[in-house]
Amino acid sequence: MRKIVLGLMASMLCMPTVTTYASANPTAANPESLNIYSARNEALIKPLLDQFASQHNVTINLVTGKADALLARAKSEGQFSPVDIIITTDVGRLARAKSQGLTQPITATLPAFATLQDPQQHWVALTTRNRPIIINPSNIAEGEITRYEDLVKPEYKGRVCVRSSTNIYNQSMVAAMLMQQGEAATLAWAKGLVNNFARRPKGGDRDQIKAIVAGVCDIALANTYYLAAMRNADADSVAIANQVKVVWPNQSDRGVHLNISGIAVAKYAKNTEIANQLIAFMLGREAQDWYAKTNHEYPVDPAIEWSGTLQAMGTFKAESVELNEVGELNAKALQIMDKAGWQ
Amino acid sequence: MAITSVFTSLGRSFVTSMIAVLRDTWFVSALCLCALLGVPIIAILWSFTDISLPLWTHLIDTNLSLYIGNSLLLALGVGIGSGVLGVSLAWCVTQYEFWGRSWFQWALLLPLAMPAYIMAYTYTGLFDDLGWFDSRSLIGAIAFMSLVLYPYVFMLAKTAFSGQQQQYQEVAATLGITRSAYFLKIALPIARPAVLTGVALAMMEALADYGTVAFFGISTFTTGIFRTWFGMGEMQLASQLAGGLALFVLVVLGLEKHSRRNMRFYQTQDLPVNKDTSARARSTKSLSVQSSISHYALSAYCLSVLLLAFIVPVTQLCVWALSTLEHIDVTEYWTLLVNSFSLALFSSILIVLIALCLSYAQRFAKTKSVGYLTQFAALGYAIPGTVLAIGILQPFGWLDEQLNYVWYQWFGEYIGLVFSGTFVALFFAYCVRFLSVAMHNTQTGLERIKPNIDDAVLTLGRGRLSLMRRIHFPLLRKSLLAASILVFVDVLKELPATLILRPFNFNTLAVKAFEYAADERLIAAAMPSVTIVIIGIIPVIMLTRAMQQN
Repeated sequence: MRKIVLGLMASMLCMPTVTTYASANPTAANPESLNIYSARNEALIKPLLDQFASQHNVTINLVTGKADALLARAKSEGQFSPVDIIITTDVGRLARAKSQGLTQPITATLPAFATLQDPQQHWVALTTRNRPIIINPSNIAEGEITRYEDLVKPEYKGRVCVRSSTNIYNQSMVAAMLMQQGEAATLAWAKGLVNNFARRPKGGDRDQIKAIVAGVCDIALANTYYLAAMRNADADSVAIANQVKVVWPNQSDRGVHLNISGIAVAKYAKNTEIANQLIAFMLGREAQDWYAKTNHEYPVDPAIEWSGTLQAMGTFKAESVELNEVGELNAKALQIMDKAGWQ
Repeated sequence: MAITSVFTSLGRSFVTSMIAVLRDTWFVSALCLCALLGVPIIAILWSFTDISLPLWTHLIDTNLSLYIGNSLLLALGVGIGSGVLGVSLAWCVTQYEFWGRSWFQWALLLPLAMPAYIMAYTYTGLFDDLGWFDSRSLIGAIAFMSLVLYPYVFMLAKTAFSGQQQQYQEVAATLGITRSAYFLKIALPIARPAVLTGVALAMMEALADYGTVAFFGISTFTTGIFRTWFGMGEMQLASQLAGGLALFVLVVLGLEKHSRRNMRFYQTQDLPVNKDTSARARSTKSLSVQSSISHYALSAYCLSVLLLAFIVPVTQLCVWALSTLEHIDVTEYWTLLVNSFSLALFSSILIVLIALCLSYAQRFAKTKSVGYLTQFAALGYAIPGTVLAIGILQPFGWLDEQLNYVWYQWFGEYIGLVFSGTFVALFFAYCVRFLSVAMHNTQTGLERIKPNIDDAVLTLGRGRLSLMRRIHFPLLRKSLLAASILVFVDVLKELPATLILRPFNFNTLAVKAFEYAADERLIAAAMPSVTIVIIGIIPVIMLTRAMQQN
């Protein structure tokens, strides 16, 4: 009896999988569908895609995952790959996608503000994100730290918290520095930073902010949207996030480090027309506004108002570097961090 | 002239021996199956054909020793931790009568359902608030992994201990051997294959772990692999590192096997051939009753392990999950649940069947190299899921391409991807990754059945099918159940390969939990995590109870 019940349960459970499979397996020939590989996670992309789907009457098929894994998948699938659109959260990955021949030029007419893009228009930025210095204002005086270079000063020994150099945001930051300051200066900086670490790098950006409040360190590096999210979360997080302060570094010279989230049309896209329509949509007011409000990222469209939390953090000057070159320097940056002993 | 005749005779004997090997159908089918399952591993090892010296020099100059050192320490620590916990707990519940014993017998398996990285997230959430233990360290990683991985050892050791004969113990007692000496000199050596199998599984899982060590910022071989791949964009070098890891595991496993090449471990009781004797044997099997102090000490020990490994983290997860309850989309959750459950169910059936076939091939094949073949095919367990997934994508991509060309020639159109990006790739990945888990169970089960039983049945004119159905299956039932539970729970928890290989619009609970956790939203990740644990424990409870009843 039990076996029969079990068997029935099992077959009931199989049914949805089979139907999901049938509906989820897109055929290349279907002109009304758009297939997307996204390194942005589902919660931060699906609502917009759903909106686009209903406006343009297309079916959107989505796979999310780590950027490099998705690129490897697209690469091994080759010319029969079903992917039309690639979305990533970092410029290094977009540059890599292009250099591996996984993208093609965007044909949509891009708005004038979309200046953060590949020279051959293989990708375009959708939002920007910055990596300022976060400090404990009770231990670091106003104006004491003004540049990334200040973090290596001997008086900050044992007072700096940064996450692992395996993290892409740190790699891009060092790559951008490498491009602007050269290899010797960057290596010296990285060594100095490691020398000032309060602890072995661990945890994510939010953990570095928490470490400041816990008294482990006084200075950290973190992307603004993590801090903004904490300021809009549960009471505990808000209490922690309100005890730290953002310092916009290098305002008198090169500016705060800037990274982007971006989008590209896949090399073997079957539906380039809809793919380009999606890119135009993502740069449109609605989508830009959604990113600004939902994930506290900086919209590339200057006409869109920032979220209240970001506005409260103040305005800043950001780096202006050739982003595709930053992307290409990623590997070199990692080797420098290896040499500096930044785990 | 003479030389030619030597060559001819050599050639002839080679051909005859080849024909003999090819006639060995068990061997040939095992070879085919292993070749198929070995494709991703070969694809990974293939990377060694193109070695970049400057990159290797950089790696050796900087982090390689750190990666190797930390990985070895981690694996060793987890091996010892899970081994000690698993063996001691198994010994307690099989040898002593104490409060809650029958309950602990299955409850101690529950931590199996807990993915290590979720355990890590939960405990750091707890300890960061308390602040008296730096859980984000190598010690922390070893502790958390041992707590979730000891059930492998516990499960196998328990079966081994309870299968040992009562007479051994009685004889030992008459010879004045103390219980602890009996444990060390008799019980443990007899249970060695089972215990080492469990420990090996735990160590392989620790070596392939990425989530926990990455979160703790510990530089291990796995984080090194991903640093090389994601950070430097050096897929080739990353594959070489993963291949190196796999070869290391192969050598260690080979050495262990070699060291017990002349030993055989059979069970001689509990054969359902003569029901009366077996019933009598069982009734005389007595559990030692202890004084009330040690009685409570045993209960306290089991309870504290269970608290640390399961009750505390699950309670914390539940508290977090309840706080996010209002944001939960019920239909979406139902889909996730069904997806995860059915994936795990199908794969566990499939994988246990394959494991059983290979174990039989090893038993019946006349060519003795089948053991090495299966060992190779089962290596996937020690390879990080993402790397394995790439090892699958590359050959599948090639296969899809060829298929499309052929299809175009015949039908004038392309059919698109058939292997990559579909469930075929996903199930295949699970087979390669978890074959080892199932194989260890089926193999230990089968090894404990004396070959003379096979001979007896075969001499009586019954076929092998009848031997399997009437004799082996009843004896193997426990091992098969254990194998299916372990694989089921492992697939349920599996993240990296699922993440990269899954078809469009298909999510699982583990994927959902990862997405929140990657976004540093640990509290939101609690709901899918706790659901994984709950679905994981249902079969564990059902099956262990079923095993006890029989």
